[in-house]
Amino acid sequence: MSFAKPIATLRTSAGLPTGRLALWWLLASEVVIFGGLLASYVMQRLGHPEWAYDAEHTNVWFGAGNTIILLTSSLSAVLAHQAAQTGDGKKAARYLWLTIGGAAWFLVNKAIEWSGEISHGFTITKSGFWSFYYTAAGLHGLHVIAGATAMAIVALDAAKNKELQRVEYVGIYWHLVDVIWIFLFPLLYIAK
Amino acid sequence: MTTTTAPHHADAPTAEHVHDAHDAHEQSFFTKYLWSTDHKVIGFQYMITGLLMAIIGGYMAYGFRMQLAWPGEWIPGVGFLSSGRYNAFITTHGTVMIFWFAMPVLIAAFGNWLIPLMTGCDDMAFPRINRLSYQVFLISAVVLIGSFFVDGGAFGGAWTAYPPLSSKATMNLTPLGSTLWVVAVALEFVAFLLGGINFITTAMNARAPGMSMMNIPIVVWMIVVASILFMVSVGPLVAGAAMLVFDQQLGTHFFDPGQGGDPILWQHLFWFFGHPEVYVVLLPAMGICAEIITCNARKKFFGYKTLIYTVFATGIISFFVWAHHQFVAGIDPRMANVFTITTLIISIPIAEMLFLFIATLAGGQIRLNVPMLWALSFVAEFLLGGVTGIFLGASGSDIYFHDTYFVIAHFHYTFVPIAVIACFAGFTHWIPKMTGRMMNETIGKLHFWFTIIGFNLVFLPLFITGAWGDHRRIYNYDHFPDLTNAAMQDLRIASTVGLLIMIAAQGFFVWNLLWTWLKGPPAGDNPWQATTLEWATTSPPGHGNFHPMPTVYRGPYEYSVPGAAADFTPQHLPPA
Repeated sequence: MSFAKPIATLRTSAGLPTGRLALWWLLASEVVIFGGLLASYVMQRLGHPEWAYDAEHTNVWFGAGNTIILLTSSLSAVLAHQAAQTGDGKKAARYLWLTIGGAAWFLVNKAIEWSGEISHGFTITKSGFWSFYYTAAGLHGLHVIAGATAMAIVALDAAKNKELQRVEYVGIYWHLVDVIWIFLFPLLYIAK
Repeated sequence: MTTTTAPHHADAPTAEHVHDAHDAHEQSFFTKYLWSTDHKVIGFQYMITGLLMAIIGGYMAYGFRMQLAWPGEWIPGVGFLSSGRYNAFITTHGTVMIFWFAMPVLIAAFGNWLIPLMTGCDDMAFPRINRLSYQVFLISAVVLIGSFFVDGGAFGGAWTAYPPLSSKATMNLTPLGSTLWVVAVALEFVAFLLGGINFITTAMNARAPGMSMMNIPIVVWMIVVASILFMVSVGPLVAGAAMLVFDQQLGTHFFDPGQGGDPILWQHLFWFFGHPEVYVVLLPAMGICAEIITCNARKKFFGYKTLIYTVFATGIISFFVWAHHQFVAGIDPRMANVFTITTLIISIPIAEMLFLFIATLAGGQIRLNVPMLWALSFVAEFLLGGVTGIFLGASGSDIYFHDTYFVIAHFHYTFVPIAVIACFAGFTHWIPKMTGRMMNETIGKLHFWFTIIGFNLVFLPLFITGAWGDHRRIYNYDHFPDLTNAAMQDLRIASTVGLLIMIAAQGFFVWNLLWTWLKGPPAGDNPWQATTLEWATTSPPGHGNFHPMPTVYRGPYEYSVPGAAADFTPQHLPPA
């Protein structure tokens, strides 16, 4: 269905593009979701010193590797933005696909890591720690999938030099996914 | 209510006719009314869905109030109400009235109608996200209603869903219903996050040229601040909802104290959202009444900027009061002192808002039309709700009043003015704009008086029974000898009779809608001689709202300006 943008979408009373403005509000709403979850985790963790024994079974190497993958994928998201700013939609799309590759690699690692843990009996019901571990990382994983999907849609348009401003927006969203992981990694893997 | 084509009056601009003719040939019924991205159609969708859900919520109230007045007897239209169904009824009543009636009508329906029209633009900033928001909302409503028909029936653990009652199927006996309840509420949150981002962005970025922040009508401010409050407060509860579903279905122990979990954690997550939620619905209601009061007092709103800053203060303080719902949950008494103080502090900005309303009325040339009656009664009735809240905000007296009917009466004196009175104020004020036809004043006044009398008859007696110690979670008082004396039962019956009057009074509203549809005289562009931008276009506004798009030259409430040609100077009128 064809869709013409209304005047409302194109106005900028607040001095910045509507898409970016909305995206910042979206990020705000995401931050409080993870903020609430992580605050709950930290409060419970402080009340349960014995969770440290559970945390010892997490695999720091998997976590560190995934951290590097995500940070690197954020770099290619920035390069995509740079290409989009110069009007090179094809190049922007290529960098976005590279970022999506990083997301996929992250998820594959996660799958290997989780299947190993589950096969050793560390399931979501094992203890409070593992409940939070799977819930927080799982919610983050959903955001990785959502971000990758959004990037794929934007990349398909960008390759045709359409809606290039959206390259920046998915990039900002991807940085959020990145930053959330930066909080999860020390809280779930390093704190022992 | 569906007369969206064919302008009703002769002075509509020619561009409007051209535009309507252009639209008519390409839109089928489906694309126009069910798959539309037009904010006005989506506003109607939210409004109609919200009102249908209110009927469901009202039916539940009818069921359990009849049971309380005449326990164990056969109830017409309900049958015998078993204890399980009673619990499902009170739970669904609370959930529906807040999440599927107050929010969709006050925020989504009025927000959709008023934000683009009052800020002078042609639609929402993201029309397709707007449509998605309604669709997700509709699905959430279907899931909630569907939970009545699954094995075990609908969830009966109250709208607060405290674990372990909500998390353990062995306790709530609704293994599927309890999960569907959480899923429905979570979907509703998603719908309002999508809608809220749209409202905030539209009001921030899509205003007409010349409309500064301090030229925005109060109700738009209120809906925007409410959307921000909702967005910031609901996040932790979204996480909490995921945790609760995992506890129910996967066997985790987030909220199970026997297995290292903490049931109080849910209370914190719930009330960190739940208390700001009160202001999420209160602020739009206050905004609606502010528009109506200032228009019908024919006076500039007293202290516009003060009101805006007061709203900010309310919003911020509302995040520091939540634990006053948990005074009996075993929280540290020193903590209870802190939350008592913050709770008493938040009454200051709210009282200030009401004072501003009263100061706006003072010395005005008051028109007592139907919307004005509703708006004035909002101020009066909400005041009763606010004053009785002081007893509950103070931890010492709350320990006595907690979980009695005093609490029920208190928050219904806040929520009924918000959800019922302010909604009718808004309907009667803006239906001429939405439909192009005037409503009937006489039927409107009958509707008003019977609803108000019924409402007070429902809840005044409950203050008394609550003060006498009537506990709110009891299904049949026959088993509690202390609570079965004749005086208390008489008050319970009076309350139920009040509800029947209130429900019957809604017949007047239906009659009025039909009258408006069939016989309502044309409203014209600006029947109330109001100043804000929605009155600058046709009634109902055509596709694209304004032709040409307006420019704003002044604040929203220029009434009775000395030396002006008329007693109102619209925002879009160029200076002479």
